[in-house]
Amino acid sequence: MSTGTPAPADSLEHVNVVLGAPEIGRALTRIAHEVLERNKGGDDVVLLGIPTRGLPLARRLAARLAEVEPGLDPAALAGSLDVTMYRDDLAHQPTRTIGATDLPGGGIDGKVVVLVDDVLYSGRTIRAALDAISDLGRPRAVQLAALVDRGHRELPIRADYVGKNLPTSTTERVRVLLTETDGRDAVVIEGGTR
Amino acid sequence: MRHLLSAADLDVRDAVRILDTAGQMAATQAREIKKLPTLRGRTVVNLFFEDSTRTRISFETAAKRLSADVINFSAKGSSVSKGESLKDTALTLQAMGADAVVIRHQSSGAPHTLAHAGWTNGAVVNAGDGTHQHPTQALLDAYTLRRHLVGDGGRSDVSGQDLAGLRVAIVGDVLHSRVARSNVQLLHTLGAHVTLVAPPTLVPVGVEAWPARVSYHLDEVIADDKPDAVMMLRVQRERMSSAGGGFFPSPLEYTRGFGLDARRLDALPDHAIVLHPGPMNRGLEISADAADSPRAVIVEQVANGVAVRMAVLYLLLAGESPAPTTTKVDA
Amino acid sequence: MTTRYLLTDVAPLGGTPVDVLLADGVIAATGPDARAQAGDDATVIDGAGLVLLPGLVDLHTHLREPGREDAETVRTGTRAAAAGGFTAVHAMANTTPTQDTAGVVEQVWRLGRDAGWVDVRPVGAVTVGLEGERLAELGAMAQSEAAVRVFSDDGKCVHDPVLMRRALEYVKAFDGVVAQHAQEPRLTEGAQMHEGVVSAELGLTGWPAVAEEAVIARDVLLAEHVGSRLHVCHLSTAGSVEIIRWAKSRGIDVTAEVTPHHLVLTDDLARGYDPLFKVNPPLRTAADVEAVRAGLADGTIDIVATDHAPHTREDKDCEWAAAAFGMTGLETALSVVQETMVDTGRMTWADVARVLSSAPARIGRVDDHGRPVAVGEPANLVLVDPAARRVVDPREQATKSVNSPFRGRELPGRVVATFLRGRATVLDGVPCDDDAAVSR
Repeated sequence: MSTGTPAPADSLEHVNVVLGAPEIGRALTRIAHEVLERNKGGDDVVLLGIPTRGLPLARRLAARLAEVEPGLDPAALAGSLDVTMYRDDLAHQPTRTIGATDLPGGGIDGKVVVLVDDVLYSGRTIRAALDAISDLGRPRAVQLAALVDRGHRELPIRADYVGKNLPTSTTERVRVLLTETDGRDAVVIEGGTR
Repeated sequence: MRHLLSAADLDVRDAVRILDTAGQMAATQAREIKKLPTLRGRTVVNLFFEDSTRTRISFETAAKRLSADVINFSAKGSSVSKGESLKDTALTLQAMGADAVVIRHQSSGAPHTLAHAGWTNGAVVNAGDGTHQHPTQALLDAYTLRRHLVGDGGRSDVSGQDLAGLRVAIVGDVLHSRVARSNVQLLHTLGAHVTLVAPPTLVPVGVEAWPARVSYHLDEVIADDKPDAVMMLRVQRERMSSAGGGFFPSPLEYTRGFGLDARRLDALPDHAIVLHPGPMNRGLEISADAADSPRAVIVEQVANGVAVRMAVLYLLLAGESPAPTTTKVDA
Repeated sequence: MTTRYLLTDVAPLGGTPVDVLLADGVIAATGPDARAQAGDDATVIDGAGLVLLPGLVDLHTHLREPGREDAETVRTGTRAAAAGGFTAVHAMANTTPTQDTAGVVEQVWRLGRDAGWVDVRPVGAVTVGLEGERLAELGAMAQSEAAVRVFSDDGKCVHDPVLMRRALEYVKAFDGVVAQHAQEPRLTEGAQMHEGVVSAELGLTGWPAVAEEAVIARDVLLAEHVGSRLHVCHLSTAGSVEIIRWAKSRGIDVTAEVTPHHLVLTDDLARGYDPLFKVNPPLRTAADVEAVRAGLADGTIDIVATDHAPHTREDKDCEWAAAAFGMTGLETALSVVQETMVDTGRMTWADVARVLSSAPARIGRVDDHGRPVAVGEPANLVLVDPAARRVVDPREQATKSVNSPFRGRELPGRVVATFLRGRATVLDGVPCDDDAAVSR
């Protein structure tokens, strides 16, 4: 699971860069094609990024969708879905700052919502997202895109679109760095070998 | 944040964080389904030693919208009225597992005592104590001011912003007002300039230490300061009687000097807004013209109150309990 | 036969160390004579480094009995007094029933005599039931066994100027004094703390300095007009010091007291809303503290009196407004005076003997107390170790109540021994319970 406080990855020991900027770009392009193929076009698709890093990923995917299907408006495709108030681990962590939830103008009723997150791990964030969605409306279907799937699921949840499967140990930390939030694109694995 | 006892406890970061959180809470309240699961399993007790249906309902709504269990404990008129009984009440609530106690009390400092006497482990939220503090009122006022007067007047995202440079006049019975005390501190913290306007009898001795200017002339303040907002305080009619302290000669004279009427409303800058914590004494501190004008945001203050109180309850209750833990975090 | 005590190398009033022999209730000998006359049976107390003072006399103690024995009794209060170095205390009149008749003051006097820890001098109420409406039978109290000389409605102010004038006049007949609790009642309705910057912030109703000063000003003028002596209780403001200074310069027969807590504590302490710091008159500002210290040092203020006001836990373990006014003080008074006046170089131990013993004894017309440390004088004495330091723990104090504002605070000085007419009431800093019981 990535964190909201990006320490410079280079300064940490046991840092292993597993994806660079080109790989991330290719993965997103592939996911964009898969979304269009599976949903027979992008007309009903709404990409909801889960803050913090799911949001820029959703925006990038929206831009790629619009590249493939020029009729699509990328701004109307992507939104953000904050799941903080639906989490089941609030009482076990310092108080989290609540992010913004911004749905595209058309709402989500009857749409295909593609949830976008950076790392899929226990599945609990996605569980919270599903609850949040059900309070916001009734999509026709909900799908899940993750840049990295690192395994160790604790709930019966799987991704529909995965950028990269990364087998990890639970003592390791997977962090996604994005230009929009961290100044560069990379996926790194830290720690775990102590 | 462990408790919310006084606006003075908040630095600018805390205050802006509460306002930002309130903004997100307000967004959820525009939805069809307003209830959030966030505080499921938490218990919030509204402990009211003094009648205040509005404040209690606001806190109750806020807690329920966050799925907390709410227990309303009205202590007024019962045997619970003073002394040891605050302690016994607190111990009772502690035994019932209150995670937060929202307390309204006629004695200044009672919430402070409740929070620090070791009678309860719960978070204590001051919902108004004597003539001391009413921090959530100040927060909802600041939230309302920010929505209307910062950025482009409510449309753009104002999160992260304070109230730097705003001019706010607080008018009326400053001496007895917890709303005034809370607002002076919070508005100052957020960078606004506050002018207190009142007859000299209703200004406390010691006000010189407050981060606010004091004037005895409302018309001058309106003309010279051109305030961005005027906050009218409730004035109790009984204050004019000898038994009530004889603070002013008559309601009429008070209204002439310090009431907000149509003429003074017109003299305000076009963008200025009018606030009142309620309940209003129409015809005394505020005329119907002013109270019902489009520039009065008094009804909106009530709605914002729920969002602000949701934010406060969220920030106090959602995180891990502040008791020292020895949990080790895997790196 | 009572024990004889040889105090070796003690410093009377902080002066040159000598030996002092106590025998038969008096100071039997000093210097080389003391050791010579001591014989083998005298108990020797090594007094090196210790200061010998006349036993302290408190003009302002609330012993609470009769009526509030849950907070203090004459026995527990006087035991605390002895532990604090006192040999005589004035028991304030606001008991239940009020000490406003010869019967009640004699009861308190007898309780004190039977307890045996200090001499208890009851204070008589000025007005019946402290109601401020008509004079109590001051003459009867003066002529009773309790021999009342100090009259006070303390806790309430004798605010009716005519009544105050009558009281001042009336007590002249038996050399009495009216001790005024100066508090203008209308200006202090609902008052909770000093009116100023802190009260404005805390939203607690203010107790303005002028409410004290206005009454003192009126009373000194009344005392001048009728040629009576006046005592001002627990003076607390810089303005009050000025008024007393002015009155004395005019030759008005006025004396004034300050409490230990007003010598050191300020209204800032109210910020925590801990009722431990709720007291009447209220804690004032740092400027007032400095003014009362200066007034005490230059003699404007005559005495330090404790205003020892024990309260039960339930009267203090609550919100500020519901809490009772008052603090204990008997067992910390001497230390506070040492810290604020002696250790700061503003007073000598001889001055301490004056403000805590001889002057209050004179004001209260207490014979045999506050006397010089000299051969033939009554052996009412206290032995103090000024070099000791201690952290105040109210639970370890002799008073029944725990409302000490000095809880957890380190104070200098320790009472090593107290002697009442040659009998030790405190030895090694511990009250001599057996001796006290045996003596009666």
